[in-house]
Amino acid sequence: MSRDLLKSYRFREERQADWEKLDFILRRAEINGVRSLTDDQMMALPRLYRQAVSSLSVARSISLDQNVIVYLESLCTRAYFFVYGARTSLGERMMTFLRRDWPAAVRGAILPTLLSAFFFFGGWALAFFLCLQDMEWYWTFHGQGFMEGRNPDATVEYLRSTIYNDGYGEGQLSAFSSYLFNNNAQIALFAFALGFAFGIPTAWLLVYNGVTIGSMYAVFWDKGLGYEFTGWLMIHGVTELFAIVLAGAAGFVIGGAVAFPGRLSRLSSARAAGQKAATIAMGCVIMLIFAALLEGFGRQLINSDTTRYLIAGGTLILWLAYFYIPRRGYAT
Amino acid sequence: MTETSQANPAPPRAAQTAHAQQVAAQRRARMQAQAQQSKLVRKLVTPEGAVLQLKLATAAERAGAFLIDVAIQWLIVLVTLFGLTYSITAMGWGTANIAFAFWLVFFFFVRNFYYIFFEIGQRAATPGKRALGLRVAARDGGRLTANSVLARNFIREIELGLPIQFLMMSGDQFSAWMGLLGITWSGIFLLFPIFNKDKMRVGDLIAGTWVIRAPKAKLMRDIASAASTAPDVAGRFSFTPEQTDAYGIHELHVLEDVLRKSTPDIKKQVASRIRAKINWQAQTGETDTAFLQAYYAALRRRLEQRMLLGDRKTDKFDVR
Repeated sequence: MSRDLLKSYRFREERQADWEKLDFILRRAEINGVRSLTDDQMMALPRLYRQAVSSLSVARSISLDQNVIVYLESLCTRAYFFVYGARTSLGERMMTFLRRDWPAAVRGAILPTLLSAFFFFGGWALAFFLCLQDMEWYWTFHGQGFMEGRNPDATVEYLRSTIYNDGYGEGQLSAFSSYLFNNNAQIALFAFALGFAFGIPTAWLLVYNGVTIGSMYAVFWDKGLGYEFTGWLMIHGVTELFAIVLAGAAGFVIGGAVAFPGRLSRLSSARAAGQKAATIAMGCVIMLIFAALLEGFGRQLINSDTTRYLIAGGTLILWLAYFYIPRRGYAT
Repeated sequence: MTETSQANPAPPRAAQTAHAQQVAAQRRARMQAQAQQSKLVRKLVTPEGAVLQLKLATAAERAGAFLIDVAIQWLIVLVTLFGLTYSITAMGWGTANIAFAFWLVFFFFVRNFYYIFFEIGQRAATPGKRALGLRVAARDGGRLTANSVLARNFIREIELGLPIQFLMMSGDQFSAWMGLLGITWSGIFLLFPIFNKDKMRVGDLIAGTWVIRAPKAKLMRDIASAASTAPDVAGRFSFTPEQTDAYGIHELHVLEDVLRKSTPDIKKQVASRIRAKINWQAQTGETDTAFLQAYYAALRRRLEQRMLLGDRKTDKFDVR
C-alpha cells in the first residue's frame, strides 16, 4: 500500500501536522494579538517556521501539487512577517516615539528647521514692515472681509475686544479652535508631503502663512496693541508656530534628500529621509493638538497679559528642552 | 502533435492547420500571461536562505482596497455626524458646540489616521486591504517600521487631500480652472502606480514600502491520495507510459483545478477529451471523477519522477 503512494504525498503527510500547528498559531496571533500565545506556542514558533520554510524549498523541487505549494508560500510569507516583523504593541511604539524617535528626528534636522524658520519669519517680517509703511498692503494680502474684521479699518476698542474674552460664548470659541486645529494640522501635513517637490511648495506655504500673521500683527501694532496682541497670539502660538516651522523642516528634509541625494540613489535617499521626516510631521500633529487645547481653553480663561507671556515662555522652554537637550543612553 | 490529429481519424488538411495555428496562438497567449504574472513576483531571501516569492498587488486590487477603505471612512464620519446632530437637541448650545469641536478633531483623525492605525498593527493592512488579501511590507524585506507607515500615509494627503482642499477653498470664478488643476494633479498621483514596475504610490516610494498579496490559502486533501485509497479508484486503472506522457505540468495543474473546483458537467467534458487523447476505453461502471482522479495521480507520479531527474515537462507541447 505504502509503495503505491506518491513520494510527494508521503512528504506532505509527514509534515502536514506541523504546518497546521504553525497555521493555527499564526491565526491566533493575528486575531487576538501576540499576548494570547502560550509560552509553548512561542517556543515552538521559530522551529515550526524554519520547518515550513524548508518544506517549501523541498516541495518546490519534488511536488507538483499546486495547492500544497500555494499553501506553503502563503504560510511561510505570513510566518516570515510575523517572526521578523515588529512585535511591539501600539503603546510601546508610542512610548519609543515620544521618548526617543521624535526628539532625535527633530534634533537631526536643525538646518532644515532654521531654513524653515527663515522662510516663515521672513514672510512675517516682510508683511509686517510693508504693512507698517502702507496699510494698503493688508488688503493685498488678505482681500476683503477676512479675519472677522481684524483689519486696518477696525477701531482700537474692537481690536482690543478680540484679544480679551468678552464677546464670545465659550463653546463657540472651542469649536472655532478645533476648526483651526484641523486647518493647521492639515497645512502641516501638506508642508511635509509637498516637500518631495524639492521643497519649493513647502517654502511657499511657509512664506504665505508668515505673511498672513505678519500683516495681522502690523494692524495691531499700528493701533498700539502690539504687547497685548503678542500675548494673545503667543500663548498657543509658540507651540503652533513651532509646529508649523517643524512641519516645513520635515518638508525640506525630504526636498533636500530628493534634490541632493549624494552617494545614494535618489530613491533610497528619499526613502531614508522620508521616514525621518514623517516622524517630525507626526510630532507636529501632536504639538498642534496641544496648541489647540491652549487656544481653545487657555486663551479664553486667561485674560492677564503677564500670565499669557509666562505660559508662552514656559511652553517655549519646554519644547526646546524636550527637543534639543541631548539624552543619555540612546544612540541616534 | 495536435489534439485533433489523434482524436479524429482524418480531418481536412486546411482545417487541421487552422486548428494548429489556433492552438499555438492560445499557447503563446498563455505564456504571455504567465510572463506578465511573473513580472509581479519579487524574490525575498529570508535569513534562513530560503526564497519566498512575494506577489505585488496590482493597481486594480489596490484601487479596490482603497475604495473599500474610503467607503468605511465615510460611513464612520457620516454615522457619527448624524448621531451628533440627532443628540444635539438634547444638549444645550454650549455642550453642543463642544461636542461639535470634538467631532471636528475626530474627523481629522479618521481622515489621517485611519490607515495608520490599521497598518501599524500586526497584520499591516487596512480593512479594505484585508478584504482583498493585501498587506504593506518594507521593500528591503526588513520589518515595517512605524515611521514608514506614517510616511506613506501622510503623503496620501497630497495625492488626494490637497486637490480636494483646493476645490473647497477656491471661489466661483476660479473653480473650473482649479477643478481642472485638481483633477490633473490627482490623476498624476493616482496613475503613478500603473507606470512603475513595483506598483508603488508616491507614498510607497518615499516610505520604502510596497503592497503585496498575502492571501490565506487552505490546505486541501491531496487528490493523488484519494486516488490510491478510494475503493472505486484504487487498482482499477493502470496507464501505460505513453498515456502518462501525453500531458505536461500545465495540464496537470488545470486538471487539479478541474477536480477541486468545477461542476460534474465540466468534469465530464474534460474526461471525454482526455480519454480521446490517450485512447482510453471507458470500462463499465467507470465514473468520470474516478477516471480523472486516477489519471491525475498517474500523471503526477510520472511528471514528478521526470522532475526529480531534472526534466520539467512544462506542457503537452514540450516534447523532448
